[in-house]
Amino acid sequence: MFDKRFLEKLKTKFAVWDKKAAKVRSQKSRARFFTISGVDIDELYTPLSIKDVDGEEYYEKNINFPGEFPYTRGVHYTMYRTRLWTMRQFAGMGTPQQTNERFHYILKQGGTGLSTAFDLPTLMGYDSDHPRSLGEVGKCGVAVDTLADMEIIFRGIDLSQVSTSMTINSPASMLLAMYLVVAEKQGVPFEKVRGTLQNDILKEYIAQKEFIYPPKPSIRLITDMMQYCNKHVPQWNTISISGYHIREAGATAVQELAFTLADGFQYVESAMEAGMDIDDFAPRLSYFFNAHSDFFEEIAKYRAARRIYAKRMRYKYGAKNPKSWLLRFHSQTAGCSLTAQQPENNIVRTAIQGLSAVLGGTQSLHTNSMDETLALPSEKAVLIALRTQQVIAYETGVANTVDPLAGSYFVEALTDKMEAEVEEYFQEIERRGGVLNCIEEGYFQQEIARSAYRFQREIENKERIIVGVNDFILENEKLEIPVLKIDPQVEKEQVAFLKKIKAERDNRAVQASLQKLKEVAQGDGNTFEAIMDCCRVYAGVGEMCDVLRDVWGEYVENQAAMQAS
Amino acid sequence: MTRKIRVLLAKPGLDGHDRGIKVIAAAFRDAGMEVIYSGLRQTPQMIVDAAIQEDVDAIGISILSGAHMTLFPAILEEMKNRKVNDIILFGGGIIPDEDKEELEKMGVAKIFTPGAPTEEAIEFLRQAVEKKKSDEKIM
Repeated sequence: MFDKRFLEKLKTKFAVWDKKAAKVRSQKSRARFFTISGVDIDELYTPLSIKDVDGEEYYEKNINFPGEFPYTRGVHYTMYRTRLWTMRQFAGMGTPQQTNERFHYILKQGGTGLSTAFDLPTLMGYDSDHPRSLGEVGKCGVAVDTLADMEIIFRGIDLSQVSTSMTINSPASMLLAMYLVVAEKQGVPFEKVRGTLQNDILKEYIAQKEFIYPPKPSIRLITDMMQYCNKHVPQWNTISISGYHIREAGATAVQELAFTLADGFQYVESAMEAGMDIDDFAPRLSYFFNAHSDFFEEIAKYRAARRIYAKRMRYKYGAKNPKSWLLRFHSQTAGCSLTAQQPENNIVRTAIQGLSAVLGGTQSLHTNSMDETLALPSEKAVLIALRTQQVIAYETGVANTVDPLAGSYFVEALTDKMEAEVEEYFQEIERRGGVLNCIEEGYFQQEIARSAYRFQREIENKERIIVGVNDFILENEKLEIPVLKIDPQVEKEQVAFLKKIKAERDNRAVQASLQKLKEVAQGDGNTFEAIMDCCRVYAGVGEMCDVLRDVWGEYVENQAAMQAS
Repeated sequence: MTRKIRVLLAKPGLDGHDRGIKVIAAAFRDAGMEVIYSGLRQTPQMIVDAAIQEDVDAIGISILSGAHMTLFPAILEEMKNRKVNDIILFGGGIIPDEDKEELEKMGVAKIFTPGAPTEEAIEFLRQAVEKKKSDEKIM
C-alpha cells in the first residue's frame, strides 16, 4: 500500500520524532497502557506498525472492499446505507402472557426483531412441575413447557413478518419444533419463517454450562436439525456460534474469538462428517459476539473474525459458495461490564460498546439495560437501551459510510495482531486433539478462569479502574432506579397451567410420540421430525428431554480438570 | 500450627454462571485457605453432605439466577435437619438489598453483591471463623 522508499524515509523521520518524544515519555498519566484483555498498546501507530504494508497486494489481500473476500470491511457492499443493523432486544420473563405483552411493546416501539429469553428450567430441559425447577420458573426468562405456551407467546404476531431469535441450546430442537408448529397453525409456510436459534452446545461445555447430554449426541441433535431446516426451513439460521458467554465467563478478546471460531469449525466438520455438503449448510451459520468496553480492541476483533473465517472456510474446508465464507454476526453489549454501583453509568458504557459493534459491522445488536446487575430489566431501562441504538443509528453519522476505521494504522495493526494470536490458539487446540478433547480436559475452562482471575486482581490492586467500583465512589449511595421483581405467583400459575394442559391433551398420543422419539434416538433416524410430532400433541420440553436422557445419559463436568492450576 | 480455614464452595439450583465462584475459589486459595469446589447444580442435600464429609468451617454459595429466596432457605433447612450448627453459611450473587437483609435474618452469615472485592470476602471469612473458634472454646 505504501512504497518502500516512502517507508524508508518515514523510518528516519520517526527516529527523529521518537527522540523528541523521549523527553516527555517518562511522565506517565498511568502505570501501564493496556486493553481490557491485558494486551499492551504502543504509544503510537504509523504505517510502519503494519506488517507487509509495502506489498502491492496488501490492500486486496488483507482489507479489500466490503462484500469482497476476505470481508475485513464487512459482509455487504454498502452495509448500513442499504439496511441498518437489526435492533434486536432480548426479552422474556415470567409467564408466556407477560412475554407476549413485552413483545408487542417492543414491536410498537420500533424494534425490528424479537429475541426470546427462556427460564432456567426450560434451558435445562425440565418442565415447570419438576422438583429441580422449584424457585426458578419464570425467573431469568419465560417458562415454556408445551406448545400451548409457545402459542401464547406469539399470539397476535404474524410469524411471516418478524424474525425471531431464541436463546436456547440443549433443548433447541424442541423449541424450534414448537415455533414451527405455531407457524403451521397460523398458516405460514415454513419457507417464510425467519429467525435464529442459539443452539451452540459447545460453548455450553466451555462457558455457560447449560448442558444436558454428552457432546456427541448433542451434536447429533444439531446436525439432525440442520438437515431438516436445509430441506424445509431455508431462511432459518440453525445455529448462532457464540462467543458472548465465553467472554462473559472471563475470556479475553482473543480467547473469545479463537474459542468461538474453533467451535464453529467443529460444527462444520461434524456436519461434513454427517454427509452434508458444506455449501448446503454454511450459509445459514451465524455468530454471536460480545461488545465489551475496550473500543478499538473490539472493532479489531470483529474485523479479524470475518477475515479468519473467510480464509478458513474457503481454503481449509473448500467451500465454493461465497455465502459460505461470510461471517455474519449478532452482538450484545457486555453484561459483565455493568456495575451495580451508580447503575445509570451503565447507559454510557452500553452506548460506547454498541458503537464499537456498529463500527465493527454487526448485523444485529442487543444493547443491555442499565439495571441488569440488579435484576431483570424494567420497562424504562429497556426503552433507554433501545433508544441508545437509535441514537447511534440516526444521530451520530457513523452509519453514513462503510467501515470508517479501515486504514487507521492502529486498527489495522490490532486486527493483524488479533488474527495472528487466534491462529496460535488454533494450533494449540489442534495439538491437544481438537475442540472436544479440549473440552474434556478442561483446557478452555482453565484458560478462561485464569483470565477472569487476572482481571479481578487488576481491579483489586487498582491497576485497572472501574468507575464507581474502585474509584470515583459515591459514599452512602442510594439506589434511585426501579428494580423489577418477578412475582412468586408466576411459578404457581405456570405449574397450574401445565397441569391443565396435561389433563386436557391426548395422553395416549403423547406417550406414542415419546416412544417413537426414543426409538429414533436409539437408532440413527432424524430426531427433529420425531420431536415435531411430540410437540404437535403437546408433549412437554422436559418430557422429551427425559426420553433422550434415558437413551444418551447426562453430562457431568469433571471438576478436577476445570480448576485453574 | 493452627488449622487452615477449610471452605466448601458450591452452586445450587440450575444456574451455570460460575465465573464468580471460580474467582472466589482462586482468591481464597491464594489467601492460604483450603477450598473444595463441588461444582454446579448441587442440591441442598449434596451441599450439606459434602460440608460434613469435608469437615469445613464454612459453605459459600453463588446464585445469579434469582432463585436465592428458595435455595438459601432450603440449605439452612437441611443444615438444621442434619444438626449442623458449627458451619458458617455465606454467599453471593445478584441479590436485591431487601432479600439480602431477609436472608441475613434467616441465618445466612453474609451476602456479597456484584462489585464486592475478594479481599472483603477473605476478611469476612477469617473473622467469622476466628469468632466461631473462640465461641467454641467458651462452650
